[in-house]
Amino acid sequence: MEELSRAIVLAGSAIGAGIAMVAGLGPGIGEGYAVGKALEAIGRQPECKSDVTSTMILGVALAETTGIYSFIIALLLVLVNPLIGRL
Amino acid sequence: MEVNGASIVYQNDWFVLSGAVVTTWIVMAVVTLVCIFLTRNLKVHATSRRQVIAEFLVKSANNLVKNNMGERFGSYAPLAASVLAISVCCSLSSLLGAFPPTGDLSTVLGWALVIFTLITYWKIRAGGIGGYLRGYLQPVPVLLPINIIGEVMTPVSMAFRHYGNIASGMIISMLVYSALASLSTMVLGAIPGVVGQILSGVPIFQVGIPAVLSIYFDLFSSCIQAFIFCTLMMVNIKLAAEG
Repeated sequence: MEELSRAIVLAGSAIGAGIAMVAGLGPGIGEGYAVGKALEAIGRQPECKSDVTSTMILGVALAETTGIYSFIIALLLVLVNPLIGRL
Repeated sequence: MEVNGASIVYQNDWFVLSGAVVTTWIVMAVVTLVCIFLTRNLKVHATSRRQVIAEFLVKSANNLVKNNMGERFGSYAPLAASVLAISVCCSLSSLLGAFPPTGDLSTVLGWALVIFTLITYWKIRAGGIGGYLRGYLQPVPVLLPINIIGEVMTPVSMAFRHYGNIASGMIISMLVYSALASLSTMVLGAIPGVVGQILSGVPIFQVGIPAVLSIYFDLFSSCIQAFIFCTLMMVNIKLAAEG
């Protein structure tokens, strides 16, 4: 039964890691929208290109946060296996 | 393939000294020595290249703080410049082969807790202790748990964002290295005979490809995350002092 419970914990960790990475959808959509708006602004006023670009990069790295949260959780579940120690 | 934290340099009954702390000390010493070197023998009009660089750095720091925090907080320029400098140099030390101190949550959480203390101090100074405590019950008293969580999330999200970007970059580089090693073993092992057996121990594909990824993960990500950490600190202190 020891092996069965260990197998269940490992399987649960793997499934949890896969479901966690669904959160990669949000930053992709949001950052694409932000870049589209930045491109519109550059098209309207080409001389403020560097200002708009640096503000866009700042905003994109802030919006990336929840994607990074889910990525770290998925990596920890798969590679470090913290839940095995609680068996 | 395992993922390890920082190595333990010295262990005692009372404390554990980890490699991340030692690397932070080395980075602090290097930054201090560079600052001392840049400010020797200053003249009224800049004639040497060293003085021009020093003046450029000081002027950039002052402009950054004045643009983000207003005139009132002009004396916070050394704090902002030192947070920025130590964050960038700690993250860039992974280019020299060391374990980057910002890849350890303890380092970044320590900085974020210091900034949280500053934010709370300015909130109490702006509204008094009564105003600060009443602010938690502000729109509706039933929102008290949500307000507490929102308050705690400010330093936690700052720290976690910085740590998450640097640590995930480190782990992806490690995964790419081991994938390229097994790829070269597979490809070179297909050569028949003794030549194949000797050559399959040489990880030939590890030579150039990780360097291209390292441009994003080590150089770009370190600088952007340090800048965001510093900007969030300045914006949060400004909002705390006026709200």
